[in-house]
Amino acid sequence: MLTESALDPATAVYDATVPAGEPWIHEIRAGQTLRILDLEGNQAADTLFYNAHDYEDRYSAQDTIRDQGNIYLTTGSRLQSLKGHTLLTITADTCGRHDTLGGACATESNMVRYALETRHMHACRQSFVKAIAGWGRGLDKRDIGHNINFFMNVPVTPEGRLTFEDGVSAPGKYVEMRAEMDVLALVSNCPQLNNPCNAYNPTPVRVLIWD
Amino acid sequence: MTPAVAAAPVSEAAKGPAADLLFEDVVREGATWSHVLKRGTALRISDTLGGANVGALFYNWENTAERYNMPDTLKAQHIARLTGGFVLYSDMGRVLCSITDDTLGWHDPLSGCGNAAQARAKYGDAGYQAVRNDCVKNAYDAFVIELAKYGMSARDLTAPVNFFSRVVVDEAGAMAFVPGHSRAGDAVELRAEMNVLVILNTCQHPLDPNPRYEPKPVSLSVRRVPPPAADDRCRVSRPENERGFTLTERYFL
Repeated sequence: MLTESALDPATAVYDATVPAGEPWIHEIRAGQTLRILDLEGNQAADTLFYNAHDYEDRYSAQDTIRDQGNIYLTTGSRLQSLKGHTLLTITADTCGRHDTLGGACATESNMVRYALETRHMHACRQSFVKAIAGWGRGLDKRDIGHNINFFMNVPVTPEGRLTFEDGVSAPGKYVEMRAEMDVLALVSNCPQLNNPCNAYNPTPVRVLIWD
Repeated sequence: MTPAVAAAPVSEAAKGPAADLLFEDVVREGATWSHVLKRGTALRISDTLGGANVGALFYNWENTAERYNMPDTLKAQHIARLTGGFVLYSDMGRVLCSITDDTLGWHDPLSGCGNAAQARAKYGDAGYQAVRNDCVKNAYDAFVIELAKYGMSARDLTAPVNFFSRVVVDEAGAMAFVPGHSRAGDAVELRAEMNVLVILNTCQHPLDPNPRYEPKPVSLSVRRVPPPAADDRCRVSRPENERGFTLTERYFL
């Protein structure tokens, strides 16, 4: 559902640009609002969330889609954790549909999907692992669950096919979510160069936080 | 021990020579089972009474940080269902198991596992003291308990498959559970392409609208099978799978 936000970027307490191919890791306190903004259009922001006080209690794509009875995320979607908590609620969305089934690209999955020769190419799971290694506090690869792909369009058909379609995003589109508890956010601004969904051109995203 | 439920008949096509049968087992209703399924063997799961659901997780036994990855499995094969000819990918681009036989045409990779709060809300809280081993079990706790036996915990609980269940997604993205999908005798066969820790439980599907706690049993058989041939249907079903098998075979070189 398309919903605009009344929040003014001038009043944000945090405002940063994440270049293509870079990770972003940041704590968001209960009650704060996070906005992820697609600056140039059709960029995928691969995103994970953790309960800031129990990293084992992380975002669960399956629990989220099952509890809302729909595979797409948009305004009103409650982002659920493995242990049954609502981590955040999407409060504004000018894109209309976000994916949580397509997962994050990895050097290994790129070799399967595209060619064995893609082994050297940068991928989201490289960024995830690098970011949590820097963050420390016990996080490791096992904590990388199945993420949200903000701004990605990955339709499922009634026949059980999964397809990657051209994005439904555009420059300036954004998604906004309110933290229902203290969470750790981890974003990989996707570096994928093998997929036409971003016109083979990864671009920056902007992240803003309001109290 | 005599199983309380009869094993479902194995289809003639999947039987193979009797000498290849290694063992048979039964997973009672609401129960858990695990086994390190060796490369070169296959696990056949058969619905004994109809209406079964089998939640399943898969790990590389030699390094359990490598595990079944739902998105990688779906996007490599452009699928939102599992059936014969498809494979289960790990997060490392390797094939953990191939689905070599399937009488159903659809197993659900999307819906995950129910938890204690959901089970209590749906089925009540009949505990062990009141009803002994008929107490209400849930798939989340079943997985976490079994993972602990292998030195893992809830952080290792990745998105499970729900075999024998079908959940369809319409064009608006709405998910719908299809009742009556699996019937007595329906079966799925998984060929291990690596040494794979398999963890199963027979808790009801979390979207099963049945308001009563009525999980169903399944029967299992494990047998030796030949390695996948060059024209194996799981290998050639997609170019992605050719590469997945190459990466898997390199792991053992």
